Amino acid sequence: MLLRSFARSFVTLAALAGPVSALERGRDGTLKILYWQAPTILNPYLSGGIKDIEAASLVLEPLARYGPEGVMRPWLAEDIPTLANGGISADKRSITWRLKPDLTWSDGSAVTAEDIRFTHAYCTAPGGGCSQADKFRGVADVEVLDPLTARVTFDAPRPNPYGPFVGPQAPILQAAQFSACLGPAAASCTEANFAPIGTGPFKVVDFRPGDAVQFEANPGYREPGKPAFADVTFKGGGTPAAAARTVLETGEFDYAWNLQLRPEMLSDMEARGKGRITAAFSTLVERLAFNLTDPDPALGDARSTLAHPHPVLSDADVRRALSMALDRPVMVEIGYGTSGRATCNIIPAPPAYASDANEDCLVQDLDGARAALDTAGWTDSDGDGVRDKEGRPLSLVLQTSTNAVRQDFQVLIKEWWRQIGVETELRNIEPSVFFGADPSSPDTFQKFYADVQMFAGASDGTDPEGYLSTWFCGRAPAPENQWQGANISRWCNPAFDALGEELSGTGGVEARAALARRMNDMLVQSHVVLPLVDRGRVSAHVLSLGGVEMNAWDSELWNIADWTRLPD
Amino acid sequence: MTRGARIALWGLSLITLAVLLGPLLWPLEAGAMNLTARNQGSSFAHPLGTDQLGRDMLARLLAGGRASLAVGLAAMSVSVVIGAAVGVAAGMVRWLDGPLMRLTDLFLALPLLPLLLIAVMLFRAPLSAAFGPEMGLFILIVGAIGATSWMGTARILRGDVMALMGRDFITAARAGGTRAPAMATRHILPNVASALTVSASLGIATAILAESALSFLGLGFPPDFPTWGRLLFDGTESLASHPGRALWPGAMITAVVLCVTVLGDSLRDLADPRGAP
Repeated sequence: MLLRSFARSFVTLAALAGPVSALERGRDGTLKILYWQAPTILNPYLSGGIKDIEAASLVLEPLARYGPEGVMRPWLAEDIPTLANGGISADKRSITWRLKPDLTWSDGSAVTAEDIRFTHAYCTAPGGGCSQADKFRGVADVEVLDPLTARVTFDAPRPNPYGPFVGPQAPILQAAQFSACLGPAAASCTEANFAPIGTGPFKVVDFRPGDAVQFEANPGYREPGKPAFADVTFKGGGTPAAAARTVLETGEFDYAWNLQLRPEMLSDMEARGKGRITAAFSTLVERLAFNLTDPDPALGDARSTLAHPHPVLSDADVRRALSMALDRPVMVEIGYGTSGRATCNIIPAPPAYASDANEDCLVQDLDGARAALDTAGWTDSDGDGVRDKEGRPLSLVLQTSTNAVRQDFQVLIKEWWRQIGVETELRNIEPSVFFGADPSSPDTFQKFYADVQMFAGASDGTDPEGYLSTWFCGRAPAPENQWQGANISRWCNPAFDALGEELSGTGGVEARAALARRMNDMLVQSHVVLPLVDRGRVSAHVLSLGGVEMNAWDSELWNIADWTRLPD
Repeated sequence: MTRGARIALWGLSLITLAVLLGPLLWPLEAGAMNLTARNQGSSFAHPLGTDQLGRDMLARLLAGGRASLAVGLAAMSVSVVIGAAVGVAAGMVRWLDGPLMRLTDLFLALPLLPLLLIAVMLFRAPLSAAFGPEMGLFILIVGAIGATSWMGTARILRGDVMALMGRDFITAARAGGTRAPAMATRHILPNVASALTVSASLGIATAILAESALSFLGLGFPPDFPTWGRLLFDGTESLASHPGRALWPGAMITAVVLCVTVLGDSLRDLADPRGAP
């Protein structure tokens, strides 16, 4: 009896052991990834290209990175330093990172705080041309406190100190490998730049710049049984449409990146049942910006400057009516499909920062818009279908860059505004000119020689402080600053600036989020800028690939160690 | 007139008539959107289907034809007039030949798109103010295309005119006291008419294509103003799912260009007594 039960439990144990042995590293064979822009270097400090940074993210890892929900997760660090746990000093001038114990590089040597110190020295070495120097701006020093602890000190108090060593742009380099590559020697260290030694789930086997990278599982990766794939073929080149086809129609590749295609095209391909489209949203918002200054050509050099307020759009009721006439969900359906979401917030993410006070703009209200214009004194007194007031017709110029989706939006907006008695003239400008910032061109979006314009903008990272400060009073583009200001609408509200000041002195995510929401509401409810679509990053993977968690805040391949091949 | 030329004449007349009268007869407007009927295939209500904003493709094709043919004809006229003037002057007047041909070389060597960019930047606002946004752009586009496509005509005509100037009837006319302007209109131009018609017919094709390229770069007409070129470029994106959107305007451009070229060719044959079939 005892023997039989023993035998039974032994059988059970053996059955359990089956799956355990199946969970060994590299059990799922080859993973094929297609980026239609090919990586040319695997050192993110020498490239600003997303393709290079994401390819390198299989190998190089930061101390902390952002998860899909926009919340920071400790990665090589043991935990996230905060004011509460003492990781950030009370004067907000320093942050202390502690590494996880027993981390090793893929060559077997130990990861130490010395590598952290070295990475800072590498990026800030004069003559090195570091592309991520912004991440280290304001860092006075990085000290090694013990083999696992490093302290980053800033020049000035820094309420949001999570710049250096956070995210795929600023991973930790191995000091031993790059020690001879400081300063001007950085670019000539081809071997290190093409095959950096890292702590990530994979290591580089072969790299052909501009073509393909071959990775294999890192035998010393810290988590047992991961990664599930033994090797990764990372192919570059082609077009978004071709990349989408290879995953969704032919299944030649397992994963394809950045597929900004027409929504019908993507959904037709997805309907074939071979793959799935994933989208992730960050803060990239397509918006209409109103010009609060007069762009009348008769004003000459004083055109679109603060000296002359806009004769129509200075009226907040007109701006509100123009917003009410838009049907944002229809715009998303036509232009973006699954890769966009209608939004009423200029800061739609991360969830903690997204306000929920503006949702009423999602519903089109043509009658309400007409009523608002009536009350504001804009009526069609001469019966030509265009409202007017004091002899001035309600006629606007709407400009944007040349782009198929934006032109469709222009036509839609023109039609909706026509229905409320607003006449619109459309203009589209070559993107390299429109976004070119050339102070001698009259067609840049900073000069804004039009009444309304459409473009997209995003906050850099999850913290919106810098982004919100672009709407401060003194930051309007003007001849005095060679039209380089960021406050495109030329809006000015001292109360908003005061909140911004408060934000820059406030620590702690929740308090900062509350302030950011208030600033967002102030901006959106005064209808200076009309958020239209929250644009996502779109990728596709075959149905047999499991574990993909699309992430718009970090590398899309951030959790590749957890990807597996699903059984049919 | 050959059979081919007759077909071409019929074809061109048919297209021109359809484009001129079509928008008056076809009940749907080119700009009218119907967001509930987007991306539809061909049906009785929409013979060519609808586009991504639910606009009727037939109405857009007809309206687009008006703009494209108007731009083509007008720009061709500008280009032929400039080309003929330069070519004839260079061929007839020896001391003008060098400078005018160097000017032609200069225009040939100019990078076209940057030039057009500058022209649009400089003249769009004043022309829009003077003639309204659409008419102003029409004048600008016609002027820009005409002013940058006359070089071929000028070179061909110069050669022809030079050959003519050595002929006996010109010497005779000169001996008879014919002045240069009269010489050009009475003796030279009739004799180079065939070359001129061929250039003109090819010029229409070039102009329609140039307008498409400009529309694509955002230098052309506003995005809600359909032309065949714009329809074609808009349609190429959805070539796989809705081929008609690109193929129909493409077919119309091809048909017009083909008809005009065949007609030009036939006119040349008619004007050339030796080559008559």
